[in-house]
Amino acid sequence: MRGLKIVLMSFCLTGLVACDQPSAIGEINDPHEEQNRKMHELNKAVDQAVLKPVAQTYSDMLPDPVEDAVSNFANNLGMPSNVLNHLAQSEVDYAIESTGIFLINSTVGLGGLVDVAGWNGQYAHATDFGETLAKWGLGEGAYVELPLLGPSTERAALGKLLDRVTNPLSQLSVAQQGIATAAKIGEILSDRVEYDDVIDQTLYKSADSYSQTRILYLQRRRNQLDYQFDGEDSVFEELYGSK
Amino acid sequence: MGANNFDRRTLLLASCAVTAFLATPISASTSRDAEKFIMRLTKDINKSIEAHVSDASLFAQFEKIFRNYADVSTISRYVLGADARNATTKQLAEFGDVFVAYVARKYGSYFKDFIGGEIKVLGSRAVKKYFEVKTSAKLRGQEPMEVLFHVSDRSGSLLLFNLYVEGVSMLLSERNEIGSMLDKRRGDLDKLIADMRVLTAS
Repeated sequence: MRGLKIVLMSFCLTGLVACDQPSAIGEINDPHEEQNRKMHELNKAVDQAVLKPVAQTYSDMLPDPVEDAVSNFANNLGMPSNVLNHLAQSEVDYAIESTGIFLINSTVGLGGLVDVAGWNGQYAHATDFGETLAKWGLGEGAYVELPLLGPSTERAALGKLLDRVTNPLSQLSVAQQGIATAAKIGEILSDRVEYDDVIDQTLYKSADSYSQTRILYLQRRRNQLDYQFDGEDSVFEELYGSK
Repeated sequence: MGANNFDRRTLLLASCAVTAFLATPISASTSRDAEKFIMRLTKDINKSIEAHVSDASLFAQFEKIFRNYADVSTISRYVLGADARNATTKQLAEFGDVFVAYVARKYGSYFKDFIGGEIKVLGSRAVKKYFEVKTSAKLRGQEPMEVLFHVSDRSGSLLLFNLYVEGVSMLLSERNEIGSMLDKRRGDLDKLIADMRVLTAS
């Protein structure tokens, strides 16, 4: 992985890959808007016809504690990958914290079914390979709407792929991976119900669901990656003048 | 507000005041004031979430809270963007009115899921020209969400002018949405106001 980092950094220096970072929280870089909009309509249709109704049925059928257990289990299985990314970003403290949470939840938490650490207010700092790439200097790239996966950026999409390749869980047997995938699907269904208000508002009640999804995603993602912008001052000046 | 923002007359008055009361602070608001202000706001929000009987009553409460605490005219001018410049005073006032109803419903439906109205004020800081108050909101079985409130006294008293839920700015997102709504109506602000009124009546 270190090799990849060095290659990427030298590419940045020589200008072989785009390493520009957004300069404002609301900056939009969307050269593929036409294709993205088509993909957005497709994703919306899939949500309406499949994801939303299936998620509702799943959530209605299962008692809340069972739903939570499935989501906790899926979440816990994401921890090795979380630790790996923190290490790749040299965030040793976060890596140690996530390892601790993984160990506690895997043992006392019955293999991850119970979020014992969460009871203590201990949560793993979320991360992914997209963030690792950002910390290594890769630019955000263009906004993209991925088939089924929804809003993303070129960098975040590449990160998803690399997360898949580097995930320690790929060492598991086919049967074990099947269980992991099933739990992950359960988690996605629960989340669809949990965030129903925000998702429905954005997808079905906004005037232009594509541009609303885009602005919400980009802000959320940039906040997650700890981008700092001084653009707030310009917002303030627009509101109250420059005095 | 920093001392460098005072105009000359204020400065003159200020120096008189300083002579009179050497130790009395004359600067308008402090980040502590902003924090207290947001504490009152979150207390009101928490109370209305606890008393949640129906969505309609909750939204009505949120509407009242928003009218009390937010700089509505400034916010609504911002979300209209360039279109605000061509709008009449009457249109601006009417838009501000429906915008409050609209935004109270939207954020009300997000906030109602916070458990037991658990929004906690964590702290505050002065950012160049305004104050930022950090709060966290609890959701079932999840990491608490960060909600930031931006407060300024530029309007004459401390008022809320923006909020961020997990990094998502209300001003930015709503300017985007209102812009799309206007585009759909070919920039017809009266039509937008009328439609928003219908939308928020139910």
